[in-house]
Amino acid sequence: MDDFLAARSQMALSLGFHIIYACIGMVMPFFMAVSHYRWLKTDDDNFKNITKAWSKGVAIFFATGAVSGTMLSFELGLLWPNFMEHAGPVFGMPFSLEGTAFFIEAIALGFFLYGWDRFNRWFHWFTGVVVGISGLASGILVVSANAWMNSPAGFDVQNGEFVNVDPMAAMFNEAWFTQALHMTLAAFAATGFAVAGVHAFMIMRKQNVAFHARAFKIAASFGAVAALLQPLSGDLSAKDVAVRQPAKLAAMEAHFHTEASAPLIIGGLPDEANKKVDYAIKLPGMLSFLVHGNFTGVVEGLDKIPAEELPPVTVTHFAFQIMVGIGMFLVLVSLLYFGTLWRKKSWLNNRLFLWLFIIATPLGFLAVEAGWVVTEVGRQPWIIYGIMRTSDAVTPMPGIAYSFYLFTAIYVSLSVLVIFLLYRQIKMVPVLYDAKKESQIPS
Amino acid sequence: MEYVVIAYLCLAILLYFLLGGADFGAGIVELFTSRKNRNRTRETMHHTIGPVWEANHMWLIIAIVILFVGFPRIYSVMSVYLHIPLVVLLLGIIARGTAFVFRHYDAVVDDMQILYNRIFVYSSFVTPLFLGIIAGSVLAGKIDLQAQDFMSAYIYSWLHYFSIAVGFFTVALCGFLAAVYLVGEATERRDKDRFIRKAISMNVAAVICGALVFLAASIEDVPLVQWIFGSVISLTAVIAATLSLVLLWYWLSQGKAKKVRVLAGFQVTMILLAVGYPHFPDFLMVQGGQNLSLLQHQAPVGTMVALGWALLLGSLLILPALFYLFYSFQKKAPGYLH
Repeated sequence: MDDFLAARSQMALSLGFHIIYACIGMVMPFFMAVSHYRWLKTDDDNFKNITKAWSKGVAIFFATGAVSGTMLSFELGLLWPNFMEHAGPVFGMPFSLEGTAFFIEAIALGFFLYGWDRFNRWFHWFTGVVVGISGLASGILVVSANAWMNSPAGFDVQNGEFVNVDPMAAMFNEAWFTQALHMTLAAFAATGFAVAGVHAFMIMRKQNVAFHARAFKIAASFGAVAALLQPLSGDLSAKDVAVRQPAKLAAMEAHFHTEASAPLIIGGLPDEANKKVDYAIKLPGMLSFLVHGNFTGVVEGLDKIPAEELPPVTVTHFAFQIMVGIGMFLVLVSLLYFGTLWRKKSWLNNRLFLWLFIIATPLGFLAVEAGWVVTEVGRQPWIIYGIMRTSDAVTPMPGIAYSFYLFTAIYVSLSVLVIFLLYRQIKMVPVLYDAKKESQIPS
Repeated sequence: MEYVVIAYLCLAILLYFLLGGADFGAGIVELFTSRKNRNRTRETMHHTIGPVWEANHMWLIIAIVILFVGFPRIYSVMSVYLHIPLVVLLLGIIARGTAFVFRHYDAVVDDMQILYNRIFVYSSFVTPLFLGIIAGSVLAGKIDLQAQDFMSAYIYSWLHYFSIAVGFFTVALCGFLAAVYLVGEATERRDKDRFIRKAISMNVAAVICGALVFLAASIEDVPLVQWIFGSVISLTAVIAATLSLVLLWYWLSQGKAKKVRVLAGFQVTMILLAVGYPHFPDFLMVQGGQNLSLLQHQAPVGTMVALGWALLLGSLLILPALFYLFYSFQKKAPGYLH
């Protein structure tokens, strides 16, 4: 494996791993806060048990997210020293603020996890809310740094040096808002459906139904609201990308030729050599409509992009299709969920309904990963769009392939361990949280 | 403003050494505890560092962020030439953090605990060892920016007697800090006595390793002696650290936990001051004397001003919360349940 490819793979793997833990770590505290609130208000011990059970999951995810995040702050330099040397002072502002937010999150989590029965109940609840808010702030700040790579701002380039640096302008670059909105909703949708799916499975097995039904409802409500809002945010993002990064949009859509009344291509096999897409469904004029708001506008294709600046089309297109397809599926499930809530049907006894949620368990995160691939692969060959190439940023150290193998082994074993631990947490729910044995709950 | 940023960098390194170090040390103490007492040590440790360990390791992230935002050239040179020890450090951090949490949050207590414990104690040893190796390599001046071959660029930059001696010295200091900290947290007399004995043996180990650092410095031509004896502040710091050893042993034998804790922190601060101060503003020593200075290699002024303000405002939020966290989870804090 050549060193450049190994470095890219290692980075992709590290971020792909971290993104899951970061999403769960920033969204779950909100679920816990709701359940915790319900317990404080209603004294229904199921809610206390749900909060406690979730908080153990969060502790596992937060620790794994924190260590993998620490690794990333080093890997940026270990793999891309030239990028960091130039970009660090420009896009470092969100990272320094994120350091603060992350620190507060860690402090608040210490209070929350170890503070049961030790503090005023509402102070304890409040520390849980702080965990969520600071986690969310961390996430938005990191995405803002990534947005800068797509939409560089706040500096000028003179003789290869970055001058006239304005860190605030860099942080509030043109892409930060659309990207942060899209990522935040994605995190809520993915985590909501993943958690709801696990509880739906337990409901179907008729285990501790009172416990799992309450948990399911909280998670599913968050997930469904986020999934319904996500297409609107996606539309904003696509319009923004069309203006700033036409190459990325064209790759997402496998749109090879500049044309008016451009069709929206769904599915299909992009043929990069012959510049066409086989076996695709084409909706005439729809791409023009999505980009410009009318059916006749001209959409720039890949033919306008110089050959040495073309992103990989097939990967970007497939990833985009996966993301949108899953997004649409989750929208349908969400509509059904709200429909049943509205009609007050006894939906929890409906196996088909539960199965839909069980199927959706991993899908949200699959969509998150696919969206991540769209934005990162779609930016290639640039690490800073239009300014610095990824191949110019990579470390001079040889043998990165070995480092990649090592990190792969670590991440695979960690993933297996985390899944194993979650399995054991869920398996132990009847023992630890059975309402009848409330008095035996270990603190 | 650059001095504000540099002050925070020093503060983050110092606090990581003291708090993160004590945290690593807890694992080292566990490693050197006899099998029959391990469970008791683990128990005390869980109550003491459970709520704070995550916050303790944030100081490393703060230091790294300050380096790559404020001093990007230094960060990138370190990342390139110290790649290998940094990777080992990272593996240590990830193994240790996850093992610590997994062993507590595994819902089923079975043989997996043995695995978690093993990973935890060994990574608690390896991580500070490599942290010390990296610190030693930063000081040693063996990094060759003109190196042409793999060995001299990526191996000899960090693999030498001096860095290894500093590595073991760091391990001993971490163990010492942890044992001293645990003395004050033990709830039973016999545990307390055990931690006192541990603190003394770790202290002796630190003194021996400290002597080895000087020996290695003379073998490797690291100007450690010139630095320390050439600067009044360093010399005073070293003398203060050495003289306070006598007081430390006396207080330890009396079991005065609070006083010993402050004194141990003081000694480690003096050691860092003694080696860090004389070559300021040079931070990263390289071959040929073209050392990388914090003042020469700082980021553009706009970045330094923004970073300085971010740190000042951030610490307004962080420090009170952090103090309250430490206060709340002390042994004698109100509402403490055992």
